[in-house]
Amino acid sequence: MLFYTAQRLVLSVVIVMVAVSILKLMLHVVPGDPAVLVLGPRATPELIERTREAMGLDRPLLVQLVTFFGNIFRGDLGHDVFTGRAVSRIVLEQLPYTLILITVAIMWSAALGIVLGAYSALRRNTWFDTLSGIVSVGTISIPAFVMALYSVLVFAVWLRWLPAIGAGEGFVNSITHLILPAFAIGVSWVGYVARMVRASMLEIMGQPHVRMARAFGLSERRITRSHILKIAVLPAVTLIGTGVAHLFSAAVFVEVIFARPGIGALIVQAVNERNYPIVLGAVLVTTGIIVLATLISDLVIALLDPRQREEL
Amino acid sequence: MVPTALNAAASDVSGAASDTLVSIEGLSVDFDTGRGTVHALRDIDLEVPRGKVLGLVGESGCGKSTLAYSLIGLLAENARVAGGAIRMGDQDLTRLGPAAWRDLRGRRIAMIFQDPMTALNPVTTIGQQMLDIQYRDKTGRAAKRARAIEFLEQVQIPDAPAKLDVYPHQLSGGMRQRVCIAMALLTQPDLLIADEPTTALDATLEMQIVSLLRDLQRKFGCSVLFVSHHLGTVAELCDEVAVMYAGEVVEYGGARAIFHTPRHPYTQALFDCDPARIKEATRNLPTIPGTLPDLRQPPPGCAYRARCPHGWARCEREHPPLYAGAAEGQQIRCHLADPEEGAA
Repeated sequence: MLFYTAQRLVLSVVIVMVAVSILKLMLHVVPGDPAVLVLGPRATPELIERTREAMGLDRPLLVQLVTFFGNIFRGDLGHDVFTGRAVSRIVLEQLPYTLILITVAIMWSAALGIVLGAYSALRRNTWFDTLSGIVSVGTISIPAFVMALYSVLVFAVWLRWLPAIGAGEGFVNSITHLILPAFAIGVSWVGYVARMVRASMLEIMGQPHVRMARAFGLSERRITRSHILKIAVLPAVTLIGTGVAHLFSAAVFVEVIFARPGIGALIVQAVNERNYPIVLGAVLVTTGIIVLATLISDLVIALLDPRQREEL
Repeated sequence: MVPTALNAAASDVSGAASDTLVSIEGLSVDFDTGRGTVHALRDIDLEVPRGKVLGLVGESGCGKSTLAYSLIGLLAENARVAGGAIRMGDQDLTRLGPAAWRDLRGRRIAMIFQDPMTALNPVTTIGQQMLDIQYRDKTGRAAKRARAIEFLEQVQIPDAPAKLDVYPHQLSGGMRQRVCIAMALLTQPDLLIADEPTTALDATLEMQIVSLLRDLQRKFGCSVLFVSHHLGTVAELCDEVAVMYAGEVVEYGGARAIFHTPRHPYTQALFDCDPARIKEATRNLPTIPGTLPDLRQPPPGCAYRARCPHGWARCEREHPPLYAGAAEGQQIRCHLADPEEGAA
């Protein structure tokens, strides 16, 4: 297990490096010279040339990549092109806002999704099951940004129950500011998780070990909990683990719509300004988190399922 | 039908003190399917003797598993008891609600299933599963653990204490079936239902499990309903045998009588097809020609007549009752066994 984890961590580093290299190559191809952007339209050619040298843009691409990764391993993600502030600081300032947003989003939606899916499976082919199916498919098909726009419209503009803009200050205020964005991001995950849990519950419910538990007179409650649900949540854990990537991309839209600080908003702003070091730094960190989330979900599954543990 | 009336009268009078643990009286079970109602069990009369092993034999689809499941109330969702009664003590099991069924299961009735590979919860240790089924006992965890170890030793699992911390997938099929037997016996049931417990195992394991079951049955004295299509294991294990065909009991009697003097043509055909009984070398294994009748519309006469080499006009017309055979207690659902037919 320890060896497996170490192996996966090394692999994670490789994945992140490949992802960031690809991004750097893409930025290289995109028109727009960073040096020109920094200096503005009235810079002299000599000045541009000197800035390019200072930024290392005159050197071959491969050398740029090697230096880039060399710096990263020393903890240096480069500097903001305009302000000269360290990218690592900027990213770390914004990261908590996004992390809390997606954590809250996935927690409420997974909890509700599991309950909804489980009850649908237990009450299969009743009006509840049908309704939950319709709601699930409905939420899955609504993109997060549409949900965000309408939740702002309904709850902030019409009803005036919740604030629409910013992240808030202080504990209670931060929470009220978190509700709508976390709702908007999480909604479709209720549907995903509910469908997944329902399907795997139905599959597990028909298995012989459930009938055997029943043959020993165990209560339905106990059978549902430790013989069905305990196994049926496993695919949902994988789903959530890989879903972190989708949550980040949903966070990009939602943070912009709610004018909320965070990695997503940071990336959008940096891309608009061609502030490439920030784009690279932010993508590096989010990729790292996504890869880590997949690893964690695999480890959680190994923890819950002894058959998987054996294979590690 | 004379024997039915006798059975019903006997169980009414004697009750719990009789030699019969469970008395099945005219039981019919239907399955509602998309293509009509399947009459899977029709008017079954059978008694599970107290402290003995009753074998249930027949080809796939004859209703033997349906009968076994109806005795523990675990029929499929689309199945329903269409008539008759299952009497155990002063209860009619066909009238029990879910709570009453739960109270019987794992206390008075236990079951061993066909496939040990999937019968145990894959994500819970053997020990925890054996503790879970003792939920009725008010004893502590240590006492329950000790009891689990005791029964694992009863089924001859080596190094039993260490096995408590093992997950099912870490055990072989034979070991898992032993665990299932240990769990079933641990509840000290009056009736143990074994639904083809050796079918999923290979031949050497099969005999081990059968002899283990026989030894433990003698030791604990519970009644066993042993469902199998393997005649050899039935001969090895059972005191009494019921042969089923197309949802009916076609022959019933002591194991010795059934194996030595089978009277029903279907029973005889079954024995002729048993590879263990073939004495001459053949290219093809013998089979019974034809197939089971459509149980959505069971034929009016004898259910077996379409495949029977002896059938005549009466079989077409008249549904045979259970006739008494030569051996004590032997009953045959065939007009050939009708004493008047012999006299005529």
